[in-house]
This record gives sequence, C-alpha cells and structure tokens, in this order.
Amino acid sequence: MMSDKKSVRFIITRQDNPDSDPYQEEFEIAYRPNMNVISALMEIRRNPVNVKGEKTTPVAWDMNCLEEVCGACSMIINGKPRQSCSALVDQLEQPIRLDAMRTFPVVRDLQVDRSRMFDSLKKVKAWIPIDGTYDLGPGPRMPEPKRQWAYELSKCMTCGVCLEACPNVNSKTNFMGPAVFNQVRLFNAHPTGEMNKAERLNAFMEDGGMTGCGNSQNCVQSCPKGIPITTSIAAVNRAATLQSFKNFFGSDNV
Amino acid sequence: MAGNREFFNRRLHSLLGVIPVGLFLIQHLVINHFATRGEESFNKAAGFMENLPFRIFLETFIIFLPLLFHAIYGLYIAFTAKNNVSRFGFFRNWMFMLQRFTGVITLIFVSWHVWQTRIQAALGQEVNFDMMASILSNPFMLWFYIIGVISTIFHFSNGLWSFCVSWGITLSPRSQVISTYVTIVIFIALSIVGIRAITAFI
Repeated sequence: MMSDKKSVRFIITRQDNPDSDPYQEEFEIAYRPNMNVISALMEIRRNPVNVKGEKTTPVAWDMNCLEEVCGACSMIINGKPRQSCSALVDQLEQPIRLDAMRTFPVVRDLQVDRSRMFDSLKKVKAWIPIDGTYDLGPGPRMPEPKRQWAYELSKCMTCGVCLEACPNVNSKTNFMGPAVFNQVRLFNAHPTGEMNKAERLNAFMEDGGMTGCGNSQNCVQSCPKGIPITTSIAAVNRAATLQSFKNFFGSDNV
Repeated sequence: MAGNREFFNRRLHSLLGVIPVGLFLIQHLVINHFATRGEESFNKAAGFMENLPFRIFLETFIIFLPLLFHAIYGLYIAFTAKNNVSRFGFFRNWMFMLQRFTGVITLIFVSWHVWQTRIQAALGQEVNFDMMASILSNPFMLWFYIIGVISTIFHFSNGLWSFCVSWGITLSPRSQVISTYVTIVIFIALSIVGIRAITAFI
C-alpha cells in the first residue's frame, strides 16, 4: 500500500529526564519494506539527525523480546498505547506520532518506569507460595480444560497498556489498575494457588485495590493479548463480595 | 496495613444507589404518574404519601441519608476520574463518562428539586398539583425538569448495569451485553413515565 513511499516521518515526544518538560522532535528516515516502529527507532539511533538536519541525541526507548510477549516496548503510537515491536510502519498513518505512556513516570523519551505494576503484584501476593523446609510433593492436578482457560489469563505481560487506557488510573487515585484483577484471578484459580485465595482477595480489597474500577472497560478493548480482563474484574468482584461477608460474619468454611 | 475503608465505602455507594435510592426513584416516578389521570388523582396519591405514618423516619433513612452519602461519595468518584473518551471512544467508556456527568447534573437537579418542594413544604407550603403546575409553567424550569429527570433515570439505569458488575452478578461478556439491553429498556420505560408525568402538569 505504502511501499512506494521513499521515507517515513516521525513526530516523537521527547523528554530529557524525569523532571524536565516534554518537547517534540521530528525525524525522517529512509523507508525499508516491513519496517516496524522499533527498526525505525534503531535507524534514528544510528544517525540521530532531526528533520531540520540538526544533530540530536538518540531517542531512548525500552525493548526486549521483539515479539510482543515481554511488554517492555509499550508506548503511545498514533494515540493508541501498544507495543512498538508489533506496530508495522506499513499499517500506520504518517506522520507516525510516538509518545511515552505518561500514566507512568517517564525515565527518558519513550522510556517509562512500570515498577508500580510489579509493586501491585507483590501487594496482592500474585504468586503461588510453595517454598518450605521439606518437599511437599506434587500439588493437585489441574484439569486440562481449566489449564487451557488459565493459559489465556497467563498471557499478561505487565505491559501497562490497560493502565494507560484506564480513566481511573491517574495521579488523583491510588488504583492499582486492571491488570491486577487478572493476576488475582489467575492465581486464585490455580489448584495450589487456591489455598491462599482469601489472602490475595483481602490484600486486593485494601485501599488502592479493586474498588478503583469504574467499569469503563477500556482495558479489555486495549489489551494487546486479548485477555478477558473485564470478566476477571467481575469474577474478582464476585469473590470479594463473598469474602467480605465471610470477613464480617465469620465463617467456618476456611 | 492500608485498611479497606475504600472498599466498604465504594460498595456501600453502589448498594445505596439501587437500594433504597433507586427504588425510591421508581416509586416517586410512579406516584408522579398519577398526574396523567388528573389533578385530583395526583393530589390524592401525593397526599397518601405525605400522610404515611413515621414519615420523617421513612424520609431520613430511605431517602435523605442514603442519598447524601451516595451524592457526596459519588462526587469524589466523579472528580477522581480522568476521562479519555477522545482517545478511547468505546461504548462503555462513553457510558463511564456519562455516568459521572449525569451524576453531577442529577445532584444539581435533585438539590434544587428538594429545595423547591420538600423544603418549601417544611416551611409551610402545600405540595400539590398546583405547585408543580406553577413551577413547570416557566419554560426554563420545564426544560430543567425534563433534563434533570432524564439525567436521573439515565444515571439509575446505567448504574444498575455497573452495580451488576461491581457485585459480581453479571460476569461473562454475554451477560453484560444482555444487561446492557435490559438497562436500556429500563431507561426508556422510566423516561416515558417521567416525561408523561411532567407534561401532565402543563
């Protein structure tokens, strides 16, 4: 479609350090077939000259797997948060506008600090505790259909796109964000993880937890892995409803 | 420990919006609908409600306190959102924005409405068909009431949808689509009831 194009134009919102003001810089690079945003950024890095012909600093961004499974290269491309490795230049309208996901603290240019997501996972104990002083033996088996179902939830790569899309994740709230629901549900559904179900729910019911959701459902629309996040949200809400009754009235059903 | 006050408040907010505030809204709209059967019919129905025993307790615990909590906490919720429909124009995101917008409109409308009717009643005025007819004879007030009533009904209907998600009643995408249709029907039905009652006064 655009293969006759000789060059690709980029408008990149840059920022020199976490506290400085963002500014825009334009770049034009030679077109090559099958380019993605990362290969274009690499081209800019190789020869950091902007559209005015001035020599500038290379644009900084994060990347790792280059196959949309690690989540590191997420940024806003033409207004949509997504991974730059799977954003093909041929499919993008030009000039291609790149910006950092500003829901997160910007480190430099397109690089953001997503540690808040990992902190949230620690808070809600999104893991399965199996360490002990002796071998506990094999855990309960997971039925195959359930494993296949859980696999879909396990595709979350903590990329941060759902937090960027969520209107309730912002500086005015301490909401952990949509991704956490899915992880709580994943580990609560695991036959071994289920043993610590109440612990995870109670941690997630604390301030900044699940109640921050306002059901805009942008998360499920934006998730690059197609994870049914809103189903996880409603499922965790249901479990929390029961858990809160148990907490309040007491229960011998541990 | 961070505590879970936020969880309790948010769930209470969600519950109070339906029970009792939402139920009161339906009852209120139904009573108003008596206006379509004429002045006498409306005055009889309104008089019946007015003369319910223990009225001040019924009003306090079924209307004023729940409404006050829902309104104040709702304002907090509305103003902590950072709406982004221009970047993410999905249907549910629009509903999210409208839920907050109509919440604020509804609060303004209901505050004025309470002042104009219930507080005036406490100050000795009689709330009857004539009072409403004289309020609604002003074209500005007529539109203010129409917008206010529609906004309130929208907020209630769409609120029912998110109530079902927040409490984990509708879980699957299909159940949430069905509840969207159900709440649209509720919105249209109650709007007809509300608008018919308003126009009966003019």
